[in-house]
Amino acid sequence: MIEIDTLCKSYDGVEVVRDVTLTIQPRTITVIVGTSGSGKTTLLRMINRLVEPTSGTIKLDGEDNRSLPGYELRRRIGYAIQGHGLFPHRTVGQNIATVPSLLGWSKARITARVNELLTLFQLDPAAFAPRFPHELSGGQQQRVGVARALAAEPNVLLMDEPFGALDPIIRAKAQDDLKAIQKHFGTTILLVTHDMEEAIRLADMIAVMDKGCVVQFAPPSEILTKPATDFVATLIGTSDRPFRLMSLAKVGDAVEPGSANGLAIAASMNQRDALAELLWSGRQALPVTAADGRVLGRITLEGLTARAGHSSGHPA
Amino acid sequence: MDKLGVVITALAAYALLISPFATFRANRIVPGDPVGLLNAVATPVNGLVLALLIAIALLALVKTSVIARLVASVVAIVALCLAIGLAAQHLTPEGNSYARVAPASGFWLLLFAFALMATDALTRLQPPPGVRILALLVTALGIAALLKSGSWDGLSILKEYSTRAASFWREVGTHVTLALGSLAAATVIGLPLGLLCHRIRPLRAAVLNSLNIIQTIPSIALFGLLIAPLGWIATHVPGASAVGIAGIGAAPAFVALFLYSLLPVVANTVTGLAGVPQAAVDAARGVGMTLWQRLTKIELPLAFPVILTGIRIVLVQNIGLATIAALIGGGGLGVFVFQGVGQTAMDLVLLGAVPTVAMAFAAAVLLDAIIDKVRMQA
Ligand SMILES: Nc1ncnc2c1ncn2[C@@H]1O[C@H](COP(=O)(O)OP(=O)(O)OP(=O)(O)O)[C@@H](O)[C@H]1O
Ligand SMILES: [Mg+2]
Repeated sequence: MIEIDTLCKSYDGVEVVRDVTLTIQPRTITVIVGTSGSGKTTLLRMINRLVEPTSGTIKLDGEDNRSLPGYELRRRIGYAIQGHGLFPHRTVGQNIATVPSLLGWSKARITARVNELLTLFQLDPAAFAPRFPHELSGGQQQRVGVARALAAEPNVLLMDEPFGALDPIIRAKAQDDLKAIQKHFGTTILLVTHDMEEAIRLADMIAVMDKGCVVQFAPPSEILTKPATDFVATLIGTSDRPFRLMSLAKVGDAVEPGSANGLAIAASMNQRDALAELLWSGRQALPVTAADGRVLGRITLEGLTARAGHSSGHPA
Repeated sequence: MDKLGVVITALAAYALLISPFATFRANRIVPGDPVGLLNAVATPVNGLVLALLIAIALLALVKTSVIARLVASVVAIVALCLAIGLAAQHLTPEGNSYARVAPASGFWLLLFAFALMATDALTRLQPPPGVRILALLVTALGIAALLKSGSWDGLSILKEYSTRAASFWREVGTHVTLALGSLAAATVIGLPLGLLCHRIRPLRAAVLNSLNIIQTIPSIALFGLLIAPLGWIATHVPGASAVGIAGIGAAPAFVALFLYSLLPVVANTVTGLAGVPQAAVDAARGVGMTLWQRLTKIELPLAFPVILTGIRIVLVQNIGLATIAALIGGGGLGVFVFQGVGQTAMDLVLLGAVPTVAMAFAAAVLLDAIIDKVRMQA
């Protein structure tokens, strides 16, 4: 659990983070969204004390983050900096091994961990561990940056626009991977982005920042249905809000009784993709199957559009 | 047609047709008589050497493979080196120990022309650092073999050497100690100073400006400035004169070389550290490195090639500059240069100058290769 209490930061009298109070539950993904210069990076860097707050406190599992020397605190908290920040003179393997070797892990344990992480990020250890960062693509560099942040099995992971350099397809893949990894390790993740789409996709909770203040802290569905301020409303946009909502809800929640012809849709697919499937196939209805292949019922174009129109999908 | 080849051929033609190949003097201080290549070397070797050199000079003119040019130029240089040794034997009358035979302008021009051809070929081949060091080693061994074989013994410079072999090696030792010692001192002091300048911004301008000013003081003036303080230390600090500190001699020479060395070391340390990517430094902090770990694991390794470049500048500069130590009784190869100037004995000047140039050249090649190697890894 991370408890941020009335946190402020000013540079030369200008407040860039104002009076932020947030409680972040363990094993969740919290995404900080906001326009450029709204203070997202500053807020994130106060958690591992790369930036010292002007006032206010941060507690990690009940313990003030100033009770440890800064460098020891930072070895416990994973941090993927804006841009990958890999050490250019060290190999991928050495980069990932940075924190474990600072912590004095044994050689064998470090090697095992490096290999595990590279495999997890779909980079073949034999091929990638000995390479230098400049021999990787931008996307691979970013994955290594995240792997380095995860190396010492931190409970908390701070990520500053980790998917900034990725094209949309790879980006979606990386986001799915991150969710899977978070589930796998049970890490508490705090991620900064200025992309609302990304926030909705990843977050358990979204904190929207505007001019240094957190103007709304709520689950994605609430942000979409009840934007607290005009700023939040502009950030989520109005035209495609129904579709964004649908992307949060599963097909399983919109199943109607009855049968239909055509390629079956999985109950775990999100409703937005299911709608696209219906429109593509030109059918009014498609069968829905459970993970074990059992037919649960059908999904209809009429039923889905009605949900979108009311903006009242049941988010998972 | 090769553009540089035109220059090389023109130089070689001028040297072969107009300039004297060697100089003959009845003794070491009288003016010499110029001797052409054909008269300097016994027949029929003279004709063979001439034909070979003309052929290679003409080869330089046409566009051929780089390897062929390299091999040809090396052959030409070896031929030149052997020919000058033969000239010395041929021209010196039997049993005459006063006569002096020295290379003349023609020899030097030819050497320059073919060295140019070799360097050009080497540059175009872009050999990896290891190969360059190997080439340097082979060259050094070749020269050593020539010296050992005695084929150059008739040359004036080696006659100067043979009469003062013991003092020659002693002065080489002093020379190297002065150059390397002051470099070591400048590195030990300059590196931390550069670090401080990097961390403390206001210090940077002050330090670099002061070092710049020192760099502009002529060496003679610097020696003059050092006499008083070092003399004072020698008389007032117990034990100082026992370790060799004095107003004149090796101590002020060492201090002067050290002061001249500081600027390149400090400036390159500052530049190198400033060039370390900000993201890498930030990430180092972010993963929990302490100040010291950041410095030793990230900043210094990344700045190392630039710092090494500063050390290369200093080493080459110091090997040359150490000659002036002789002006104030500090020893080194400058002793022969200044003695030679005083006695108008050119051969003695060369005995000091040629090894100095050779050492500076070798140091430059060696460090350039090391720097390239380090850069490749970074
Ligand atoms: N070290 C600093 N000194 C002075 N001002 C700073 C410093 N760091 C950040 N700021 C200012 O604080 C404000 C917030 O910066 P911050 O980096 O937190 O923004 P951000 O939300 O991360 O923006 P972006 O999306 O562009 O990364 C900016 O106006 C910035 O200029
Ligand atoms: Mg930022």
